[in-house]
Amino acid sequence: MLTIGLSHRFDDFALDVDITAGDGITMLFGPSGAGKSTIAKAVGGLLRTDRAYVQLGERTLADTAQKIWLKPHARRIGYVFQEPRLFPHLSVRGNLLYGAAQDTDLVRIADLLDITPLLARRPAGLSGGEAARVALGRALLSAPSLLILDEPLAALDARRKADILPYLERLRDHAGVPMLYITHALDEVARLGSTLVLLRDGKVARTGRVRDVLSDPDAVPVLGPRMAGAMLEGQVLRHVDGLTELAVSGGPLWVPGTAGAIGSRMRLRVMAQDVIVGTQRPQGLSALNILPAQVVSLHRGDGPGALVVLQSGTDRLLARITQRSLDEMGLAPGDQVFGILKTVSVGPTDVFAGMD
Amino acid sequence: MIALPPEGWDALWLSLRVAGLSTLLSLPVALGVALLLARGRFVGRGILNGLVHLPLVLPPVVTGYLLLIAFGRTAPIGIFLEDTFGLVLAFRWTGAVLAAAVMSFPLTVRAIWLALEAVEPGLEEAAATLGASPVRVFVTVTLPLIAPGVLAGAVIGFAKAMGEFGATITFVSNIPGETQTVPSAIYSFLQVPGGEAAVWGLVALAVGVALGALLLAEMLSRRVAARIAGRA
Repeated sequence: MLTIGLSHRFDDFALDVDITAGDGITMLFGPSGAGKSTIAKAVGGLLRTDRAYVQLGERTLADTAQKIWLKPHARRIGYVFQEPRLFPHLSVRGNLLYGAAQDTDLVRIADLLDITPLLARRPAGLSGGEAARVALGRALLSAPSLLILDEPLAALDARRKADILPYLERLRDHAGVPMLYITHALDEVARLGSTLVLLRDGKVARTGRVRDVLSDPDAVPVLGPRMAGAMLEGQVLRHVDGLTELAVSGGPLWVPGTAGAIGSRMRLRVMAQDVIVGTQRPQGLSALNILPAQVVSLHRGDGPGALVVLQSGTDRLLARITQRSLDEMGLAPGDQVFGILKTVSVGPTDVFAGMD
Repeated sequence: MIALPPEGWDALWLSLRVAGLSTLLSLPVALGVALLLARGRFVGRGILNGLVHLPLVLPPVVTGYLLLIAFGRTAPIGIFLEDTFGLVLAFRWTGAVLAAAVMSFPLTVRAIWLALEAVEPGLEEAAATLGASPVRVFVTVTLPLIAPGVLAGAVIGFAKAMGEFGATITFVSNIPGETQTVPSAIYSFLQVPGGEAAVWGLVALAVGVALGALLLAEMLSRRVAARIAGRA
């Protein structure tokens, strides 16, 4: 259990947050300038804030009220930076073992991250993705009580990013270390996170389980309308014609690609702007995925748009439609409708291996 | 083999001893001062910076005179050193070591300082998050990365010490066998008619040492860059 309380006045903005993080990955999400990295640095001991309270399990790492401030090396917090920051004068093995008390875990961690063949190499010869994995392994081998990942994928291109994500999932599932993950990429939040802390202008705008916050219409102003969307879970039923049929609580769904073994659980993300609402089951439509649903609530925005919250089985869906359509259709809470999901809305990068 | 008169050999041997000792003694201090200047944020940093660089711009004869005022046998520090350690500096070869150390100090500090500036601070931060204390960070990350820069500073300092003349002759005079270094010997030979023949050997030696040191320092500096970029 990690408890964070921080306040700091900068020239042009003020940070004031209180955050509690449990096991799994706690995502700190927000636009740049929201204070994400300041929080990460203060927890790691790299930046001293005016008010600092950091309690990790039984240990108090910082408490300005008691004048406690542990130096970074005394905190036992692994830190993965945006750049790998590998020591250029040491081999990969030397880097991995730099913070390790003993090398008993080297084989296991190196295997987990597929870096065993690189052990004798120098960092300068590594690709960006390889260096990122070595940096992860090095932080893990220091046996940290908490791992901070400060935008670890931000410096990588889309392909490298896709290469690293499965390793982060493996760490989440097998390393047994709670993680604080700083990002401004919502796909990383949806794919990896257990808890989501939404930050805006140095404050916590919203916090909760990832799937609850993402499908919460009140979080939309913070996420941005283009980022709003629900997260569903489904079970893989079968693979046909390069498509995969999944069972979600509201009915069957078809997604492109043949990801996941039959019977395994998957995470799906359905963006609000990719959901159309119909009062009757549509005929002759090219969309494959139509789920019966009930209108839960309507949220009119300041602009021409409106959000419709739908209940489909036990899942919540968000649909972004125009206020004009809303009025013409005369939608009201309790109405039985159909949510039409455009096939593209469940593309492969938004289909995630399950975690619960 | 270079033909040298006996005084020439004495001068060369003394110069090597003086320059070697001055380099050895000033290197740890130069490392500490370079660290303070490159990383320290303290009141008086500008004054320290000025003091270190002063011998570079002062006329050497002034530096030598100031050393004489401070370390002469009647000066407070001179008396203290003689009474406590039995160490006499003025007009002794030991004083030549001090003069050489003071005059070469700014060059050594600058070389180390440059190497320190080239080290990515993020690496030291990363080492700290891996549990390394500040001392361990310095020994295992900073020092290996700047090692070629430290060596380059030592080499350039050694060369400067070999060639030091103005401060040395003012502080410790030009006594054959005691304080007559290679530059002082060249000066002496040039004062007597027909002494030019003996000078050539010493001039060749001085040029050789200076050029060799510059090339070596340049090569070592390149190695710092290569090391920090992870190519060596």
